Amino acid sequence: MSSSQNLVKELTCVRCPLGCKVKIEYTKELEVLNISGNKCPRGREYAIQEISDPHRILVTSIKVKKGKYLLASVKTTDAIPLRLFDEAMKIIEKLEVEAPVKRGDIIIKNFLETGTNLIVTRSVERL
Amino acid sequence: MKYKTDVVVIGGGAAGMAAAYRAKKEGVDVILLERDEDTGGVLNQCIHNGFGLQYFKKDLTGPEFKEYAKERLEDIEILFGTYVLEVRNDRTIIFVDRRGIHEIETKALVMATGARERHFNSLPVPGKRITGVFTAGLAQRFINLENLKPGSKAVILGSGDIGLIMARRLTLEGIKVEAVLEIMPYPGGLERNVQQCLKDFGIPLYLSHTVTAIEGDRRLEKVIAAQVDYKWDPIPGTEKEFEVDTLITSVGLIPQTKPVDFVETDPGFLVSNTNQTSEDWIFAAGNCTVIFDLVDYVAKEGEKAGKYAAMYAKGEYKKGKKVKVRKGENIGVIHPIYIDPTQESTLYIRVSKVFDRANIKVLPLDVEVIEDEARPPEMIVVKLKPFDENIDEIEVMADELISKLG
Amino acid sequence: MIFLIAVIGGGIVGTLIARELNKYVEDVWLFEAKTNFGMGVTKSNSAILHGGYDDPPGSLRAQLCYKGNQLYTQLQKELNFDLKRVGSHVVAIEDEETKYIYELVKKAEKNGVKEVRVVEKLELLEMEKNINPKAKRSLFCEIAGIFDPWIVAMQAAKSVRINGGRTLIKKRLVEVEKKNGKFLLRFQDKSEYFADLVINAAGLFADDVAKLFGDEVPEIFPVKGEYFLLSKDFQYVNSTIFPVPTGISKGCLVLPTVDGGFLVGPNANRVLSKYDTATTREGLNEIREKGTKLVPNLNFRRHLVKTFAGLRPETEKKDFHIDVGKSGAIHVSGIRSPGLTAAPAIAKYVVEYLIQEKIGMNLYKRENYIPEIEKTPHLIHIDRNEWNDIIQKDPDAGEMICHCNKVTKKEIIDAIKNGARTLDDIKFMTRASFGECQGGFCTAKILKILAEYTGRDPREINQNEDGSWIVNAKVRI
Repeated sequence: MSSSQNLVKELTCVRCPLGCKVKIEYTKELEVLNISGNKCPRGREYAIQEISDPHRILVTSIKVKKGKYLLASVKTTDAIPLRLFDEAMKIIEKLEVEAPVKRGDIIIKNFLETGTNLIVTRSVERL
Repeated sequence: MKYKTDVVVIGGGAAGMAAAYRAKKEGVDVILLERDEDTGGVLNQCIHNGFGLQYFKKDLTGPEFKEYAKERLEDIEILFGTYVLEVRNDRTIIFVDRRGIHEIETKALVMATGARERHFNSLPVPGKRITGVFTAGLAQRFINLENLKPGSKAVILGSGDIGLIMARRLTLEGIKVEAVLEIMPYPGGLERNVQQCLKDFGIPLYLSHTVTAIEGDRRLEKVIAAQVDYKWDPIPGTEKEFEVDTLITSVGLIPQTKPVDFVETDPGFLVSNTNQTSEDWIFAAGNCTVIFDLVDYVAKEGEKAGKYAAMYAKGEYKKGKKVKVRKGENIGVIHPIYIDPTQESTLYIRVSKVFDRANIKVLPLDVEVIEDEARPPEMIVVKLKPFDENIDEIEVMADELISKLG
Repeated sequence: MIFLIAVIGGGIVGTLIARELNKYVEDVWLFEAKTNFGMGVTKSNSAILHGGYDDPPGSLRAQLCYKGNQLYTQLQKELNFDLKRVGSHVVAIEDEETKYIYELVKKAEKNGVKEVRVVEKLELLEMEKNINPKAKRSLFCEIAGIFDPWIVAMQAAKSVRINGGRTLIKKRLVEVEKKNGKFLLRFQDKSEYFADLVINAAGLFADDVAKLFGDEVPEIFPVKGEYFLLSKDFQYVNSTIFPVPTGISKGCLVLPTVDGGFLVGPNANRVLSKYDTATTREGLNEIREKGTKLVPNLNFRRHLVKTFAGLRPETEKKDFHIDVGKSGAIHVSGIRSPGLTAAPAIAKYVVEYLIQEKIGMNLYKRENYIPEIEKTPHLIHIDRNEWNDIIQKDPDAGEMICHCNKVTKKEIIDAIKNGARTLDDIKFMTRASFGECQGGFCTAKILKILAEYTGRDPREINQNEDGSWIVNAKVRI
């Protein structure tokens, strides 16, 4: 197979603020030929996922009842497929918890079957 | 009421919390003055992740970073809802809160007052003064803290990290982002944010573009943008119109130094590597000195300021010798601008143009750092060991590294 | 039967006329089209108390300006607003301009203004360190001053309320009918009021309002003036700096504002619409250039807070037109510069001359009239011990909301108690959100306080007029 038929993507790794420029060469069948530019193994992992099914951490807020704040921020404990964001937001929009909540409280376990949890990132005291 | 302490820290954001923690650890009495009801400052509304990788060795959201930092302050006196009216040269600080007007007598002070956002109104863009124009920080506060949406359709001016993060945040909450405009020919924020905030959601980024006019009767109805030339003047015929009710601006941060008005500033506090200002009892750290990219840097600087302020209060550190750090060729920002050569230092550098491969030199010290794809928006960090006290001045410069193979 | 006087227009002129009438008649009703008083022509201008030396001798302007200036001393005590007589310089920079200074001296003499003197170069540069070093000499007028004109209008309206009159907002007059010797006034919101006497002080719209009465007054055309507001971070000038005028207007000035900022402007461009308050690229360039000629080190990049434009009601003859119309209504129109300064004198002219002498109405001073009006002091400016005592009674006085202009929660709540309903009401009544950050930090807090203390949802709160909303939905319902 001549190299001209292979695909090349230059990516910016989002796993940490270093933002390594990772270059990945692959075939149409998503067979990885070469990865370069990453400063750690997470960059390699990222590049492979990025060409097939990009994953991101979802951060947003949920409604809190009887709390000092109206909202508690939440995140997924690990990156989830970007394609699930719309579905995830539809679920999150309807969530409501009662204060107090603490940082790390699990709101949904195994969120959308992704193996990650949706957890609270801001503690909200009860009013 | 009258207070007496060793170190006062003004501002309970990332820099102030770190300064208070570290000063206390050095064994001195500390009072932390915070104007809000909680510490953390802008971290409370920055609900996205990406904070703390260097400082806490964890990928945290803003509120998590705040809570980690705050948990270390349990034995420190924090006075919430305070507003500092005056910092006097005789080392007294006057502040007001809901209990009255109070005075603190201190030995050292750490200013950690952060920055404010430059407002759209201070850019001379023609048009009527209508509603619908928000700084990114205010829009972020509305959405993430107040449970309120600032509009339905938006344009974002400025592709700094705050602008990029807001583009994603608005999109997730159903506010359509029509465009992000950036006056520079390159994005203002980190590459990773361009990817995960814009490209992921198909939001167009217009480089070398700015807002030339806003229109509307009482609320914003239309934003007019145009491409700019190298002098930032709009190029006729390149106008684009966006029918939106909201314009969110992320057009720069301005260090806040008030109410201290008797130390050297430009526009932030000018400090040394020990965070000492031109007044030896006043130290400063974080965005009130220079605008940093990462909260991790701000927290590290805060710790350092807390350490030296505590040492000063104990009489273990006096007025440090000051070697001037000169901004050489291709350097846009250098921080700090003074170095006490008896101490270690961390230089924060912004280059003034885009490099493929920059060679950053610190002269006459034998320090060279090579940085791939150096861009003005991303700070480069260079550590220096203590050096010869007889050196009067050091210079930092950058040039393109030409490969030996040509 | 109740005798009722209606004043149309709640700018500084209308409110001061209403207040002056209210000293004689309890039933004075003040009708304002906007959402607060002093939000039209009164708000967007140089905010100067003029010395009265340069108005054309013999004009109504000349007759009322100097008198108005003098009346401000008493007015300031009664209505409790900030007024600083910082003085003004008319500065000659070019050689040919210096003779104008002596012409002004003669004019001042004719207008009866004694408080002027010529200042020579050395003393001038001593008094004003940042003005163009090429300046030759100036005419200094020590009685010229600066103040916030909208505060005067708001306080005058408050004084009317306290003394038994009524002040109404969002009342745009659309039709007038004469019925049984009375005026029937119809407003856009369908409300109707009868009045025995009407005073039209509708500013830019005074000619349109006169037409509703079937009366003719000189046509008003709007002249736009654009400004830069600079921050308090650098003391550019100590007094108002005028150039030698070009004929169209008093020219582009550099002056301090009462709260420590600086204004650069205005230019003067005739525009078509009475609603066109947009700044323009050309206009801003023009005043930047002219301002820099007077004060060369103006740093717009570092110190610009905002730009704005205001409209001035100009007429062909460039003088006030204050008279009784055929309908019997009194028209106070063409109130261009120096209208702010002349306003208290205009009020006396209307009440003492037009109503009592010309119409021949007998008015008697009310014995129960209260001239002094309290105003919540700007706490940052009062004595610290006094402030501390206020906090002991009301902790809100110790909670700082606006950090740029140092406005406490108490001052904001007091403004709401005095009728503030919009963000602009709070801004112009207290100066909160008026500073360098332009509300970046405090807007969310003020919105919350407004919502809480007026029992509304933040989505219902406007910046000023209906339609100027701030937020439109909740993130999580």
